[in-house]
Amino acid sequence: MPEFLAELLNRNDIFTASTIMEYWGGLVTTVQLVFLSLVLGLLLAVPLAIMRTSKNPLINTPVWLYTYVFRGTPLLIQLYIIYYGLAQIEGIQQTFWWEIFRGAFYPALLAFTLNTAAYTTEIIRGAIVATPHGEIEAAKAYGMSWALRMRRIILPSAARRAVQAYSNEVIFMLHASAIASVVTLVDLTGAARNIYSRFYAPFEAFIFVALIYMALTFLLVFAFRKLENYLLQHQRPVNG
Amino acid sequence: MKKMIIAASVALSMMAGVAQAQERDLRIAFDVPYAPFEYKDDDGELTGFEVELAEAMCEEMNADCEFVIQAWDGMIPGLMARKFDLIMSSMSITPERAERVLFSEPYYNTPGGWFAREGFDTDVTDMDAMEGKTVGVQRGTTMDTYVTEEMGGIVKIKRYTTADDMVLDLEGQRLDVVFVDYPVGEQTILSKEGFKEVGEPVKLGQGVGVAMRKRDEDLAEEVNEALATLKDDGTYDAIMNKYFDYDIKM
Repeated sequence: MPEFLAELLNRNDIFTASTIMEYWGGLVTTVQLVFLSLVLGLLLAVPLAIMRTSKNPLINTPVWLYTYVFRGTPLLIQLYIIYYGLAQIEGIQQTFWWEIFRGAFYPALLAFTLNTAAYTTEIIRGAIVATPHGEIEAAKAYGMSWALRMRRIILPSAARRAVQAYSNEVIFMLHASAIASVVTLVDLTGAARNIYSRFYAPFEAFIFVALIYMALTFLLVFAFRKLENYLLQHQRPVNG
Repeated sequence: MKKMIIAASVALSMMAGVAQAQERDLRIAFDVPYAPFEYKDDDGELTGFEVELAEAMCEEMNADCEFVIQAWDGMIPGLMARKFDLIMSSMSITPERAERVLFSEPYYNTPGGWFAREGFDTDVTDMDAMEGKTVGVQRGTTMDTYVTEEMGGIVKIKRYTTADDMVLDLEGQRLDVVFVDYPVGEQTILSKEGFKEVGEPVKLGQGVGVAMRKRDEDLAEEVNEALATLKDDGTYDAIMNKYFDYDIKM
C-alpha cells in the first residue's frame, strides 16, 4: 500500500462502520436510480425515436418538441421543477399521486427518466436515419411490411450504430445522478455531503465517492465493450 | 550614487508597506439568505445582525473589510483556500469544527426551534409519538447533530442545504416538522400563514463564534478584543435590539 494511503487511513476518523454503511446506502440509491431511469428511458426512447423519424408532422413534431425541451434545459432545473413544482399543485397532497411523489426518489426518477429518454431518442433517431438505403430497399424487395422491416432490419442495424453514443449517455447519466442530493435524496454524493458536513473533511469524503463513481464507470465501460464486441462481431476480420 | 538612490527608494517603499499594514485588509464570508443574521434587503444590499456587527468590528479593528458571499457547504474549504479570512455566518462552535478552524469567543447563541404547519399536534419530546415522522434540518448544523443523536432511529431525517428549500418542503407537506435555528424559523416560517411553533426551544451548543484559520492567532486576538469592546460599549446591544426582541448576547 502506498505510504500516503496508509497514513490517510491511519489518522482518519471518517471511514468508520457507520459512514461506510452510509456510503453503501448511497451506492444502492444511486445504482437503483440510474438503472431504473436508464431502462425506462430506453423503453420510452425506442418508440419515440421511430415517431421522430416519421414524415407525418403530427407524429414527428410533439416528439421533436419534447426532446428539444428536455435537451434544451439543465437537468438540475428539470429536477427542481418536478420536485418542488409537484408539491405546489393545489390539492395534490390529497390524491394517491402524493404517495408516490412525497418522497424524493420518484420525482428524481421521473426527471432522470424523461431527461435520458430525450437524449436517447435523438441518439436512436440519428442511427435510424443513417440506415443505408440499400438495406431498406432490399427489405422492401423481399416484400417485408413496415413493421417487419423495422423489427428485422432497421432497428437491429440502428442499434449497432447507436451503441457507442449510448454508452456515453449511460456514463453521463451516472454522473448526472449526483445532483439527486439537492432534493434531499441520500445517493452517493448525498452521503458524501452528509459525511463531509459532519467531519469537515472535504478531501476524504469526496475523493472516496469519486473513486466509487470511477469504479462504476469502469464496470459500465467494460460491459459496453462486451456488448459492442457482440453486436459488431460480423465486422471483425475473419482471423481477428 | 545610483545605488544609494535605489537603496533609499527600496527603504521608502518598505516603510510605505509597513504603514499600509496598519490598516488591515480583511475579507469576511457570509452565507445568504439567513435572515435576520445576513440577508439582502429590498435594494440588494447585504445587511443583518452579523453584517452590522462585522461592520462595527472592522471599524473597531481599523480594518478595511470586504464582504464575500459563500455558500455554506464551501465555508471552511474557502477559508482554508484563503478566499477570505473570517467567517461570520452563524457558525456554531463545535469540537469537530474547532479541529479545522480557530474560533473567537462566542458572540451570540440562539436556541433551536420546532416549527410545523397548523394542525400538527404531536409532542416533539414524546419519542413514541414522533416515531416515523419526517423531520427537516439543515445539513451539518447543531440542530442536525441534535436530531441525529437524540432521535436518529426514531424519526426520518431529511437534510437540506438551505433553509428556503426546507421551508418549501414543509409547505409542500413533505416534512411534518422542522428543527431550525430559532430566529430563522421565526423569520422564514412564522411570518407565513398556516405555520406555528411547537414545543419549547432547545438550547444547543457553545454559541456562535468568528471562524479563522488556525495560524491566524494574532487576528483572533484582535477579533476578541474588538468584540469585547463592542459588547461593553453598547454597540452590540444597539445592533441586537434592531433585529431581536429577545437576548442572544453571549
